[in-house]
Amino acid sequence: MDLDDIFTASVFASAIRLATPYIFAALGETFAQRSGVLNLGVDGIMLMGAFGGFYAVHLAQTAGVMAEPLALLLGVLVALVVGGLMGLAMAFVSVTLQAKQGISGIGVYLFGLGLSELLFQQWVGTPKSVAGFPRISFPILTDIPILGEIFFHHNLLVYVAFALVPLSAFVLNRTTFGLMIRAVGQNPEAADAMGVSVTRVRYATTIIGGMLAGLAGASLSIALINLFQQNLTAGQGFIAVALVYFGGWRPLAVAAGAMLFSFVNALQLQIKVIGADIPSEFAVMAPYVITIVALVFATKRQEQPTALTKPYERGE
Amino acid sequence: MNNPKTHLLPTGHARIESLTMSGIVKRFPGVLAADKIDFNVRSGEIHALLGENGAGKSTLMKMLYGLYHPDEGEIRINDKPATIKSPIDAIQRGIGMIHQHFMLAPSLTVAENIALGMKSSRGFQLDLDVVSQRVIELSDTYNLKVDPRLPIWQLAVGEQQRVEILRALYKGAALLILDEPTAVLTPQEVAGLFRILKQLAADGHGLVFISHKLHEVLEISHRVTVLRDGRRVDTIPTRQATRPKLAEMMVGRPVLLEYAKNPPDPREERLTMRDVSALSNRGATGLDAVSLRLRSGEIVGIAGVSGNGQQELAQCITGLRDVTAGSVMINGRDVTNAPPAALHAIGLSYIPEERMIDGVIKEFSVAENYVLQDHGHPKYTAARVFMLFNKIREACRRAIHLFEIKTPSTETLVKSLSGGNIQKLVLARELSRDPGVLIAAQPTRGVDIGATEYIHKQLLEERDKGTAILLISEDLDEIRALSDRIAVMYEGRIVGEVVNENVDIEQLGLLMTGGE
Repeated sequence: MDLDDIFTASVFASAIRLATPYIFAALGETFAQRSGVLNLGVDGIMLMGAFGGFYAVHLAQTAGVMAEPLALLLGVLVALVVGGLMGLAMAFVSVTLQAKQGISGIGVYLFGLGLSELLFQQWVGTPKSVAGFPRISFPILTDIPILGEIFFHHNLLVYVAFALVPLSAFVLNRTTFGLMIRAVGQNPEAADAMGVSVTRVRYATTIIGGMLAGLAGASLSIALINLFQQNLTAGQGFIAVALVYFGGWRPLAVAAGAMLFSFVNALQLQIKVIGADIPSEFAVMAPYVITIVALVFATKRQEQPTALTKPYERGE
Repeated sequence: MNNPKTHLLPTGHARIESLTMSGIVKRFPGVLAADKIDFNVRSGEIHALLGENGAGKSTLMKMLYGLYHPDEGEIRINDKPATIKSPIDAIQRGIGMIHQHFMLAPSLTVAENIALGMKSSRGFQLDLDVVSQRVIELSDTYNLKVDPRLPIWQLAVGEQQRVEILRALYKGAALLILDEPTAVLTPQEVAGLFRILKQLAADGHGLVFISHKLHEVLEISHRVTVLRDGRRVDTIPTRQATRPKLAEMMVGRPVLLEYAKNPPDPREERLTMRDVSALSNRGATGLDAVSLRLRSGEIVGIAGVSGNGQQELAQCITGLRDVTAGSVMINGRDVTNAPPAALHAIGLSYIPEERMIDGVIKEFSVAENYVLQDHGHPKYTAARVFMLFNKIREACRRAIHLFEIKTPSTETLVKSLSGGNIQKLVLARELSRDPGVLIAAQPTRGVDIGATEYIHKQLLEERDKGTAILLISEDLDEIRALSDRIAVMYEGRIVGEVVNENVDIEQLGLLMTGGE
C-alpha cells in the first residue's frame, strides 16, 4: 500500500463534498445551542429536508414544467421551509411548552425519520434518482492541477456551505442579533432584564437551525447523492450535534471539525476502494471513534452556553 | 453641575421627580405577595425598603421594573399614571434595576453587556467602540472605574456591580432600584458603593435600597419603608428609626440583636488541620497549606469573600473532597481522607452551605430527612434492615417541637418548607447526634431574622455545652456576633487570625481582599 494511493486529490475533494451537510447542520445547531436550545432532532429534520427537496425536484423534473436550475432552487426552497417548520415545532415544544430538550429532540428525530419514510413509501415508492446540482467548472481555476480538483469543481451548495461559515461567525460575534443570542444562552435572566425577548430569540435560532438542517438534508438528496431512501442521513445529524461541542460553539472551529471528520471518512472510503488490508468495519468506525476521542479531550470553554437545555421561565 | 430648573441629570436624562405606587396588589397561586402596598420615592432621595425574605420587597420592585404586573393598584410617575409592561418599558421611563444576582453574561465583555438590548448606531452591526467611549465618559463622571473591553468573568464582584450601575445610568436611569446590593461585597466595597449612591442621590437620582441589614439602612437612607408578609408596616424618616425599632417592625415582635455571650472556656483540641492542601473544582489550588486548631467549647469563625477556599475547607474536613497534602485530625485520630460515614461515627456534624443540595433530599419527607445518616442506627432499625417508622416519626416530632420547626406533619415533603425551617431541620438532625465537632457553613444564608436568631442561640448553646464549632460565613455580622476567634481566608490560605474581642473591622476587610 502506497501513501500516494491514499492521499489523492480526489480524497481531499470528496472530503470537502462530504463536509457540506455537516457544515450546514452543525452551523444551524450552533445558533440554536448558543441561545440555549439543544436540538437533538437535527437528523430527523435533515431527513425531512432531504425528502422535501428531493420530492420537489423529482416532481418538477418528471412534469418537466420548469427549467432545471429553477427545479433545483424549488427543491432548496422546499427543504428550507420544511426544515424551518420542523424547527418551529421544536421551538414550540421546548421553548413555549418548556419540555426537556433531550427528550423533545429525540421526538423530533423519530418524527422526521418516520414521516420521511412514510411519505417516501406513499408518494415515491422505490428509490429513484434526480438530476441534482451539477458541478461547477470555473474558467482557468478548475484547470489548475490538483488544486482545481480539490477546490474548484464542486456543486453550488458546497460553496454556499463554506460561505456560511464566516457569515455565521460574523452574525454571532459582530451583530446585535448575535449578541442577543449569546446573552440568551449565557444568562437568559440578564437578557430578559435588558429587554431582550428570550422566547423570540430562541424561536429565531431554532428555526434558523431547522432551516439549515433542512438544507443539509437537501445537500445530500439533490446535490451529493441525488436520491432519497429511508434513513438517508444515517445519523449524520447526531454527528453534527457532536461537532458543535467539538468546535466549542464557534463556527470556524465547528467547520474545522466537520472537515476533520469528513476527511477521515473520505480516507476510509479510499482505503476500501484500493482494497487495503484493514477490516472495513474498523475503517467505518474510525471517524466516529476519532470524534468521540476528540470530544473527550475538548475542554470546557468560555463560549459554552451555560443555559444550554434549560428552559427559561420568568420569576422563581 | 446640577441645575434643578432644567430637571436634567448629569447624564443628560430627565429626572423622575416623584414616583408613587398606591394600593398595589399581587397574587401568586396560593400566596398574596403584595397586599395593598403604598410606596413612593422622590428625586434626590435614598428610600430603603426593609423586610424579611418573602416580605414582598423584590416582588414590589419587580412590578416597578415591569417583570411582574400588579393585579390591582396604580403607579404614577411625575404625577402621571404609568403602566409598566416590560423591562424595556421601565428602562424607557428612566427606571433601572440592580439585581441581587447580577444580570450579566459572564463570557461577554463589559461593553457587550451594556450594548445588549440597545439599538446600535450602525443598524444590525454592533458599535462596541461607541459604547465603550460613552462608558468611559460615564465612569469618569461617577468614579466607577472599569475597563469596557474586559469579559465579566475576569472582574471582581464589586466591579461587576459597578458595571450594573454604569449600564443602568447608560440607559438613562433616573430612578435606581438596588436589590440587596451589599450582600456580596466586602466592607471596603460597601463603603465605595455608599459613596456612589450618595453622589447619585445628590445629583437628583431617586434610589430604592432594598435590604434586610439594619445598620446599612440606618447609614444610607433618608426614609425607610418596612414590609412584612406582603403588607406595608410603616414608612418613617430614617432619623426617627433605631435598630430595635426596625427589627421589631420587620418581625412583628421584639428581636434579640446582640447575644449575651458567656466568656469562652476552651478545653481540649478537637479538630487539628496541618498544612492541608486540596484542589478546587477547576483543578487549581483550592486550599493552600491551611493549618487550623479548634477546641472544645469555642466557635472559630472563618471570614472571607466567597470563593476563597471556604467551601474546599469544609469539604476537606467532612470527607467530601480529597486532601492532597497535610493531615486532618479529629479527637486526636488521623481522619485525613476518611469517608463521611466514618467521620459521622466519631462525632462530626456538618451543616452544609448548599442545604437544598447537600443538606436535605427535598423530595423526601421531614422524618426521612431527619434520619438521613442515622437510619441504620439500632434505635431506628430492627434486625439491621427494617426501619421502625413509628420510632423515627416519634423522634422527629420531638425535634420539630424542640427546634420550633413549622411543618404540617412529619410526612410533609421538605421542598414545601421555607428556607428557615429547612435549616432548622438540618440543625436539629446534626445536633441530635451530640457532635463533638460541628462545621456550620453559611448556616443562616437566606434564612429570615426570626430563624437566624434561633439558630444563633442554638449554636452558642452548643458551644457552651462543649462542642467545637467551625463557623464559615460570608456575613461578617454573623461572624462577629458568634465567634471567639476569627480566621480570614484569601485565595485558599488563612491570611490572618484575630481574637474577636479586639477586632478591627477595617483590618478584617483588608485581610479579606488580600491586603496586608
